Amino acid sequence: MTTTENPPTEFTDDATVGFGRTPRKEDVRFVRGKGNYLDDIKLPGMLHGAVLRSPVAHARIVNIDTSAAEAHPKVAAVITGAVLEGLNLAWAPSLSHDVIAILATDKVRYQGQEVAFVVAEDHYSARDALELIDVEYEELDPVVDARTALDEGAPVIRTDIEGKTDNHIFDWESGDAAATQAQFDQADVIVTEDILYPRVHPAPLETCGSVANMDPVEGKLTLWCTTQAPHAHRTVYALVAGLPEHKIRVISPDIGGGFGNKVGIYPGYVLSVVGSIVTKKPVKWMEDRSENLISTAFARDYHMHGEIAATSEGKILGVKVDVLADHGAFNNTAQPTKFPAGFFHVFTGSYDYPAAHCKVTGVYTNKAPGGVAYACSFRVTEAVYLIERMVKRLADDLGVDEAELRMKNFIQPDQFPYHSPTGWEYDSGNYPAALQKAMEIAGYDELRREQTEKREQVQRSGHGELMGIGVSFFTETVGAGPRKHMDILGLGMADGCEVRVHPTGKAVVRLSVQTQGQGHETTFAQIVSQVTGIPTADIDVVHGDTDNTPFGLGTYGSRSTPVSGAAAAVASRRVVDKAKIIAATMMEANPDDLEFDTGVFTVKGSPDKSVTIQEVALGAHGSLELPEGVEGQLDAQCVYDPPNLTYPFGAYICVVDIDRGTGEVKVRRFIAVDDCGPRINPMIVEGQVHGGLADGVGMALMEVIAFDPGGNCLGTSFMDYLLPTSMECPSWETGETVTPSPHHPLGVKGVGESATVGSPPAVINAIVDALAPFDVKDIDMPCTPAQVWRAMQGRSFRTDLAITDD
Amino acid sequence: MTDISEMLETPTMEVTVNVNGTDVTKTIEPRLLLVHFLRDHLDLTGTHWGCDTSNCGACVVWVDKQPVKSCTMLAAMAGGHEVRTVEDLETDDGLDPVQEGFMKCHGLQCGFCTPGMMMTGRALLDANPDPSEAEIREAISGNLCRCTGYENIIRSIRWAAEHSNGHGTEFPSGNSRRSPASDERSEERL
Repeated sequence: MTTTENPPTEFTDDATVGFGRTPRKEDVRFVRGKGNYLDDIKLPGMLHGAVLRSPVAHARIVNIDTSAAEAHPKVAAVITGAVLEGLNLAWAPSLSHDVIAILATDKVRYQGQEVAFVVAEDHYSARDALELIDVEYEELDPVVDARTALDEGAPVIRTDIEGKTDNHIFDWESGDAAATQAQFDQADVIVTEDILYPRVHPAPLETCGSVANMDPVEGKLTLWCTTQAPHAHRTVYALVAGLPEHKIRVISPDIGGGFGNKVGIYPGYVLSVVGSIVTKKPVKWMEDRSENLISTAFARDYHMHGEIAATSEGKILGVKVDVLADHGAFNNTAQPTKFPAGFFHVFTGSYDYPAAHCKVTGVYTNKAPGGVAYACSFRVTEAVYLIERMVKRLADDLGVDEAELRMKNFIQPDQFPYHSPTGWEYDSGNYPAALQKAMEIAGYDELRREQTEKREQVQRSGHGELMGIGVSFFTETVGAGPRKHMDILGLGMADGCEVRVHPTGKAVVRLSVQTQGQGHETTFAQIVSQVTGIPTADIDVVHGDTDNTPFGLGTYGSRSTPVSGAAAAVASRRVVDKAKIIAATMMEANPDDLEFDTGVFTVKGSPDKSVTIQEVALGAHGSLELPEGVEGQLDAQCVYDPPNLTYPFGAYICVVDIDRGTGEVKVRRFIAVDDCGPRINPMIVEGQVHGGLADGVGMALMEVIAFDPGGNCLGTSFMDYLLPTSMECPSWETGETVTPSPHHPLGVKGVGESATVGSPPAVINAIVDALAPFDVKDIDMPCTPAQVWRAMQGRSFRTDLAITDD
Repeated sequence: MTDISEMLETPTMEVTVNVNGTDVTKTIEPRLLLVHFLRDHLDLTGTHWGCDTSNCGACVVWVDKQPVKSCTMLAAMAGGHEVRTVEDLETDDGLDPVQEGFMKCHGLQCGFCTPGMMMTGRALLDANPDPSEAEIREAISGNLCRCTGYENIIRSIRWAAEHSNGHGTEFPSGNSRRSPASDERSEERL
């Protein structure tokens, strides 16, 4: 299935109203180079900030001498931790009820931590001045390996927390330990596995940055910022800096990719604000690639021990998991308050069994903070990787096909809504149909035959590539979430939407969520269009500006469509409801006698009597006498509090060929069948899936943020932190099944992270499958040629640490 | 520690670069990177700054008809040369087929890699008007995209190949491009 064999067709169709393959509205500016990204913003008199970062992982700050930097003629201000302490801004609350240092005062706790901030006339001068700051460090032993963080005598990182004598953050558990043990006691087979999901980085192509403009006269702060959650940011600035919330305007312009990297509040953002207050001028701060990789939100870093119990026939009975979670130097994971391990407890996966239990321990290390990012759906990524590796391992130990074992254990379509052993209520699904479809597209049986033949050939000749076929199946839990269960920093996870139809029948929809490439300007117009019948082209989407949009928590965890999409649908329905009453008045009919279809109201039984929603809009703004209780104009709003999460799912199959001589893995084919409910814009859904699959291949084969024994980050540029290119990605083969969510107004489930969540285990299962002749049962990501080559010799290594002689 | 006296004396120089068909003369620091020259001095912000190490390709522009990574070239080195940026792809006759292809085939999501990707794609098509999937993959392998998984970018460039009637766009100077067969440098590169 290559492009040349199948000449490309245009992806767009002529859908002008509602769902369909509508071309994206945002593209008209992007293809002309007219996007407005953060670094494109230029204000009169704007100064430029740069951050001095720690060169070491753990050290006491003895002295900081800024005099030479201050003497630089182009420098307007030099800000240190001591300056911030005077403003009570040296520390800020983290997103997980800890604190983060805006600038280090007592110690530096990871390489790349912010130590000082220079504001100068231009970017180059600001960088020059960083060289003039002299910091004296007294180095301390770092904690690099999370597995030693709780050892007796380990250096204590968080000496700022009174009485803290270790590096422990939290213990958290879910499920029923006793019930799970009871299942294990009666099992025929127990398979255990130690699985590392190494630290990776979302690495959006646009790094993080901000432009702060504190108007000294109005006392109003305008902050342009690369944020996925502008409203949450504004509230946090109000709480942290003590600025009145109505005097803060956060604008999130075009965002060059987020993937969770742009959820949190970074010291650089706060420093640009302080810089603007101090200099009374706008201040831009834009980090470079190295700063992005070394200091901003990483993802994963889960060290997992899994055990799976089953009958000899392959019926799963229970799963136990023990996790060591490396959270870095500050606990700053962006996730709902009650869930310190995110939604990891959805690890029971897509299978029906009676009991499960997990225990997660979070620890501090001398590494950058973060953990929840990179399209992970609040740690569903780690959960799916764990269960899908365990199922593959169980299948191998039982000597059965992994697809067959999954079919045998799936939650069946008639079991929904399904209550999982760890407390989730899966809304809807048809898992066997999705896997069956993926196997058909792949030609699964034929692939297995080919593999058998190739193995025989390799055995005979000693030459040839090692072919592997890997399967994964995932159930996502997205659309966080019901307010009574889910909040971030006390802010309930509901989102607002306003729809306003102008007098001439054109409309504007205002959203609390913020696109980073997902195409909201198109899909949210399509949602409003689908419900109201107003053409998509006539609907403008406003987002990313707290002065002009309703409150909400933003875009991450695949929550825009499940939460804000529902808000947009409900607000649009309210518009139609109001329009119906006005239409009835216009046609002198009873509202109950009206029918509505694609923007046209007709009177039942009198098809010649009709008004369009555009005519109603004009009427609503005109002199028409409206019924008692009906206000003029045509608009509505909604704050949507989701009753449950949504549960998209999918079946993935990966085919790899491995070079025996070098260990190089080539992904030959990747088949992805996704079920995210009805598709608002199938073109955009497929694009989202493609991107996630590339993420998965990247993590499986090349991406890792590792550290040497001194705590030096080994992935600080794209020469070291490798991202998949067009050469590593195959031509993706996608398919779909459609199982609507029963509780979402449009039945849609969200898809942004599905492929990132689901694809890594398919690649690794395929690699393990290919290496079966070498008796390889597991291998940790990333499967670089070195890692695979060593695994063939039974000497695979810890990928999260520097490679040393052994 | 760097000697501050050296730093305080910022040397400058005058440079004249032909950018998108027009000669521009600016006084710059010799160390100024071409990407910052285009963005900060000429306000051509379609060219993006992504990695500093020539890995991501968000900064790709043409210098004398060859795609280069402007984050690792000094503006001074572009003096006396022709630079073409994404802003020049659209002409009075409309969008370049590559631009149209990216819109038709959903070749972009966040849009950050798109200008560099399109400049690379346009250069490929000028040298090879009918590239195979493998040739497109190789040509864009120095341009990273975090959103699309490349599939639709490849389709977009194929779309452009099929809708260009074998011709690239006109150069800003009005001269037609050399035919691909006679473009030795392009052939060499590809």
